Amino acid sequence: MTLSPVSRRALLAATALVLVLMYAPLLVVVANSFNPDPSMTWPPDGFTTQWWVRAFHSAGARDAVLTSVEVALASTAVALVLGTLMAFALQRFRFFGRNTVNLLVILPIALPGIVTGVALNNAFRGILAIELGVATLVVAHATFCIVTVFNNVVARLRRMGGNLEEASADLGAGLWTTFRLVTFPQLRSALLAGGLLAFALSFDEIIVTTFTAGPGTTTLPIWILNNLFRPNQAPVVAVVAVVLIVVSVVPIWIAQRIAGEAETVR
Amino acid sequence: MTQPTAPTATAPSSGTGAVARRASSFLATRPRLRLGLLLSAPLTWLVLVYVVALAALLVTALWSVDAFTGEIDRGLTLDNLREVATESLYRTVTLRTLGVAALVTVIDVAIALPIAFYMAKVASPRARRLLVVAVLTPLWASYLVKAFAWRSLLSEGGLVDWVLNPFGAHSPGYGLTAVVMTQAYIWLPYVILPIFAGMERVPDSLLEAAGDLGASAGTTVRTVVMPLLLPAVVAGSIFSFSLTLGDYISVNIVGGANQMLGNLVYTNVGAANNLPLAAAIALVPIVIMLGYLAAVRRTGALDNL
Repeated sequence: MTLSPVSRRALLAATALVLVLMYAPLLVVVANSFNPDPSMTWPPDGFTTQWWVRAFHSAGARDAVLTSVEVALASTAVALVLGTLMAFALQRFRFFGRNTVNLLVILPIALPGIVTGVALNNAFRGILAIELGVATLVVAHATFCIVTVFNNVVARLRRMGGNLEEASADLGAGLWTTFRLVTFPQLRSALLAGGLLAFALSFDEIIVTTFTAGPGTTTLPIWILNNLFRPNQAPVVAVVAVVLIVVSVVPIWIAQRIAGEAETVR
Repeated sequence: MTQPTAPTATAPSSGTGAVARRASSFLATRPRLRLGLLLSAPLTWLVLVYVVALAALLVTALWSVDAFTGEIDRGLTLDNLREVATESLYRTVTLRTLGVAALVTVIDVAIALPIAFYMAKVASPRARRLLVVAVLTPLWASYLVKAFAWRSLLSEGGLVDWVLNPFGAHSPGYGLTAVVMTQAYIWLPYVILPIFAGMERVPDSLLEAAGDLGASAGTTVRTVVMPLLLPAVVAGSIFSFSLTLGDYISVNIVGGANQMLGNLVYTNVGAANNLPLAAAIALVPIVIMLGYLAAVRRTGALDNL
């Protein structure tokens, strides 16, 4: 197929336009974090760093970040273990009900967030009568983080094949030795990519979180939501937003370096 | 990736190895047992946490709440389901939610197709890598940051007003239009990526063959690219459709007084303290989504998720 120069240029223009539309809102947030007018009219009529100073002295924001990191680390740890076990089971074995199990793994992200949220809220509060808090939040987050680790490990296992492991077994290594010396080193970057994604997913999640966190637990997204509608807090939220945008570049950079291709970064 | 060389296995004479070796050789001849051990932990977790919770949700929808005490009455009744099925409020909100989700999906797919095509088939490999990074980066930026960005863009005197005012137009303000714009923006990368991955799998040789046989670019896209791309497009649409269906936060942020299904669920879990009714309402998106998944299963889209 040969594209005419006109359609080629039209495609390029469309791509460029969409990229501009993708980034403009984020840049506006950056600009607004320096906007002296708290109602954030455009264009900004000056430059101030007062919101940045206020944000850095906000104990609420700092505590929320710590809570979010704690929850995200715990969920990621659970997801790494469960997602990897699941990936080995589904990639290396053929068994009855395999498709159903596969569907079960993707269901927590395939079903809308409110469904997962209200189902878990009902199970914790209505059925088990457990107090909502960090623990229930970790259980909820880990459940939908499993699939990101699972996807990355399955993709890697598929590419690895079983030759090296068979060779290792033929040379007399047991299952554990083979896993430690042959399988794991090849999996490491997939685990890192999957773990990063799980961490980011948990850190950012708001819908399931509002149903499973309980009143005493404030993650960063909940803090943002609580402060969004307060007249003088909106620019402080903008500052936190800018910090989040900047921080989120780090995992992409790492993921790109270790993975090198798009398929493992999802 | 460079192929790592296999390290030589440690000699079996290392001290602690006796038990491990026996366990290992025991397991080596029993693949079913290995499978069982692998599956036990994750399957237990998913069944206990998720399947049981979903099943409990179905049962809870059949319970009711005592109007005076606020206690849950575990006697079975179809009242909640009947209310959700017949009250006009739920029908209106369901249709509104479906409409927003469908519109967001159509917009996102329409935007994603040319971009993904350009990325996969036109751009040079170097530009392609950069474009993938450029599309991925907003994916990592926080959901709330994006909704918040649109709140300030669409506000009175915001950027959209500033751009449109010279043409005599105004920002749509907070409302359903704003919800569609914001959702379409937020979920766009989730739609571009699977479609791009699908586009990359379309062999160049097929496109060349179509061209050699005299097909125009348009015909090639219509008769060769699109059929091969369908599973990827459907996979992308699952993301945008499901994510929009279950969203109630951005409606709060840019939707003005409008409600989506999620708002009704949230109100009944929280302020109204009526879990059984919330469960009954939550069945609506579950049924819609399961219907959607069942309808698209044949396209093979689920393997593209």
